[in-house]
Amino acid sequence: MSGSEVESETTSVAAPSPGVRIAGARVAPIQNALFEYVVRLGDDRLVLGHRLSEWCGHGPILEEDIALANMSLDLVGHAALLLKLAGEIEGQGRDEDALAYFREGVDYRNVLLVELPKGDFAFTMVRQFLFDAYSVLLWDALGGCQHEKLAAIATKCLKEDKYHVRHSSEWVLRLGDGTEESHGRAQRALNDLWRFTGELLGRDSIDDAVVAHGIQVDHDAISARWHAMVNDVFARATLTVPTDGAHNRGGRQGRHTEHLGHMLAEMQIVARSHPGATW
Amino acid sequence: MSDAAKAVTDRWPLWEVFTQGLQGAPYEHAGSLHAADAEQALQNARDVYARRGEAVSLWVVPSQAIVASAPGDAGPFFDPGNDKAYRHPQFYKSPRGVRIF
Repeated sequence: MSGSEVESETTSVAAPSPGVRIAGARVAPIQNALFEYVVRLGDDRLVLGHRLSEWCGHGPILEEDIALANMSLDLVGHAALLLKLAGEIEGQGRDEDALAYFREGVDYRNVLLVELPKGDFAFTMVRQFLFDAYSVLLWDALGGCQHEKLAAIATKCLKEDKYHVRHSSEWVLRLGDGTEESHGRAQRALNDLWRFTGELLGRDSIDDAVVAHGIQVDHDAISARWHAMVNDVFARATLTVPTDGAHNRGGRQGRHTEHLGHMLAEMQIVARSHPGATW
Repeated sequence: MSDAAKAVTDRWPLWEVFTQGLQGAPYEHAGSLHAADAEQALQNARDVYARRGEAVSLWVVPSQAIVASAPGDAGPFFDPGNDKAYRHPQFYKSPRGVRIF
């Protein structure tokens, strides 16, 4: 390869296409925190929703296939509401599609828990339960926050997530307290997933900064209630909760596992190949 | 029935689903599904038959619990008895003064 070819390649990479903004270009610090906070909420649901959608046509039975697709659509719907709100907060003209389809992995702010490959059915359901239990508690708290638009979204999402946690917790019970095979798979999933829950329950400067926008949740109370809820279900499912060791983090800062990039490539390909297409 | 199919039927028996479209309306048979137990049957029924707002309430019933008439019963059970005209309301003349629509 000649030197000039390399140079031209570098030039084309360096020039971003118009309309595609990376998350680094932001305005005032306070406004950024709110944008960041809402993007986190949206990205968790978009990525998990996409992971669930990968079961479509592969569910263990038809009824469960439909249930998984339903939950996937619910989560993607929640993500659309949240990313739309994030775009409004940012005020740079990005809508929910721009945020979902034209951001790179480093600009995604989801927790690592939701981006892990879907694994087997036990892995999917144990992860879903860990997330749903948290999501229900968070929406319950956010439903009463002072930020009107976020409170309205929280109220809508809570209703749907209550069904999700009912579905996923019932599956955890059946898999854990089921056959030797299902118990083994569920326990393995729990062992593999537990170290990703710390990030889900975590709190950082963004959470503190959005208090100024009327978004105040009692993280300690949510964490305590979450532990009580999951401990109860796992105990009834005869599953052993791993002892809290080191936790994997980084998603909230854009430091993701290698799995997210592959997932986004598949999720974003159509929108990027045919920008602005309608059907 | 193959062994695999029998295993599915044993562990995931069939349930009949009844949906109520409006409060106070009668429950109508919507279809059937497989589920391992009652709670799962109810959840599956919600996902399969009520996810687009078709129902405000659901019943699920083990298909085995339904007692049905057999095709052989058709004659004795359902033959309308057309030879006995007096069993039909049209047999009776409306009294004068009753408006006929």
